[in-house]
Amino acid sequence: MELKTNYKRQLLINKIFDVFFKYLGLFFLICALIALLALIGNLVSEGFGRLSFQFLSSFPSRFADKSGILSAWVGSFAVMLMTALFAIPLGVASGVYLEEYAPKNKITTFIELNITNLAGVPSIIFGLMALGLFVYKMSLGQSIITAGMTLGLLVLPVIIVTTREAIKTIPVHIREASYAVGATKLQTIRYHILPYSAGGIITGIIIAMSRAIGETAPLITIGALTFIAFLPASPFISQAPFVSTQWMFDPFTVLPIQMFNWVSRPQEDFHTNAAAAGLILIVFTLTLTAVAIIIRNYFRKRIKW
Amino acid sequence: MPTELENIKAEVKDLNFYYGDVKALKGVNLKIPEKKVISLIGPSGCGKTTLLRCFNRMHDFYTNHSHTGEIILNPEGVNILDRKIDPIEVRMRISMVFQKPNPFPKTIFENVAYGLRVRGVTKRSVLLERVEKALTVSALWNEVKDRLDQQAFNLSGGQQQRLCIARALAIDPEIVLFDEPTSALDPIATARIEELVSELKKEVSILIVTHNMQQAGRISDYTGFMYMGELVEFGDTDKIFTNPKEKLTEDYISGHFG
Ligand SMILES: Nc1ncnc2c1ncn2[C@@H]1O[C@H](COP(=O)(O)OP(=O)(O)O)[C@@H](O)[C@H]1O
Ligand SMILES: [Mg+2]
Repeated sequence: MELKTNYKRQLLINKIFDVFFKYLGLFFLICALIALLALIGNLVSEGFGRLSFQFLSSFPSRFADKSGILSAWVGSFAVMLMTALFAIPLGVASGVYLEEYAPKNKITTFIELNITNLAGVPSIIFGLMALGLFVYKMSLGQSIITAGMTLGLLVLPVIIVTTREAIKTIPVHIREASYAVGATKLQTIRYHILPYSAGGIITGIIIAMSRAIGETAPLITIGALTFIAFLPASPFISQAPFVSTQWMFDPFTVLPIQMFNWVSRPQEDFHTNAAAAGLILIVFTLTLTAVAIIIRNYFRKRIKW
Repeated sequence: MPTELENIKAEVKDLNFYYGDVKALKGVNLKIPEKKVISLIGPSGCGKTTLLRCFNRMHDFYTNHSHTGEIILNPEGVNILDRKIDPIEVRMRISMVFQKPNPFPKTIFENVAYGLRVRGVTKRSVLLERVEKALTVSALWNEVKDRLDQQAFNLSGGQQQRLCIARALAIDPEIVLFDEPTSALDPIATARIEELVSELKKEVSILIVTHNMQQAGRISDYTGFMYMGELVEFGDTDKIFTNPKEKLTEDYISGHFG
């Protein structure tokens, strides 16, 4: 008798804990969601009215109602492009090398460890490094190419790590099937490893990009301008060879820096501008994330083993 | 025993194989006659897969193993285990079908054409011809000829395994290795594969590992019994099953262990 009641009591306590933790978890989840929604709601209520064609197509100005984010979004776009050009080949190639070619020895382990560490280095440190290396040593100036390479380095670990994780999910028996009919390593990578891990790799790249697009500190560190009333040179020109790389060496600003500039002004109207620019930035990021999810689902359906 | 009257396609000579310190093959000697089916039987862990994978240098992808001895491939008489021999070349002549069907997540056509693609064949007409031939030989053509562009993973397990056989055959190999090709299949699919293997020996030499003795009895000309890394007995399938020389073989065949 004694034993049985104890047993029941314990069961009741267990159940109470179960329920308690379930609602505790739910509570925290709701808190986080409310905070997020409040932030976005605040941005929308403050900035939505300011969104207009004029806002997207004007340079910043002394007058809040005449300013816009033209130079900022063009700059963000150009810097993202440069980041992608720099980080994608480097990151994917490093990931493939580490996963497929690197011998399993102490040096490789050391490199792997440092890549993981690199992912945790504060972004401003990358800015400082870039200021010393790209701006001064390599004399690339406070330009789009410097910014792209800085952010590229910043997100490189993310791309390397996701590339490796994506490759790791490919089963051994698929590799062996490829080798068993006489394929070389390179052919196996080209026909199998890369296509099958493409979903994961692209998702990683997009996540890396959406991180880079919001970065401010390292770009301010390398000396991005906060007020800029002109666009970088056009990549297309009228004489042969019809393309120009001049734009890479032009000064720039980006959306978060533009926002930072506006919120630091005393006038209320500039704060509205900042909120509107913030909305655009959030739309950018959410779009990137949505594209990542779509790509992931597309590949999930097509690849089965 | 395979007699001197038959052409010997390959010959294993004093093969010892080690995983680290563990000796997985102990002094194996084996002759593979041309265009016959040779099966390897034996309890789990006796080294059948290890021996099979020596033939197409599959061990090369992994570290911490070593071997002594040779596998001679005729007519050239080269030792394919020699480090100087390119494993790619070996695998182009000796292909393999695995235990679990492992089609690529590509179309049926691309699965079979793959071995040709890696040899640089790009002409669609050539590919199509060879793919059709391989699928016909694998008894799959009629089932898939209208849907060559569909994904291979939509096929049933048995069809997938026949697709893998077609993939291994499309490259015109001299030897095909099968590692328990029916262990993941139902009896009907198994019967089809067995039938297919018996047909195939008109074209290639076949080395098949099976833990199913009846299967070995049904499809093979010669059978080898392996136990703890040794090839205990090797000879005509009929003799091995009716009148084995070794006590160990007899015990295994009569189901006393394994
Ligand atoms: N990669 C490996 N590393 C270490 N030992 C292995 C490895 N593969 C197989 N072995 C060992 O080698 C022996 C033979 O294995 P295997 O050839 O797979 O046997 P079978 O195919 O006859 O079941 C077993 O004892 C097994 O544990
Ligand atoms: Mg095995």
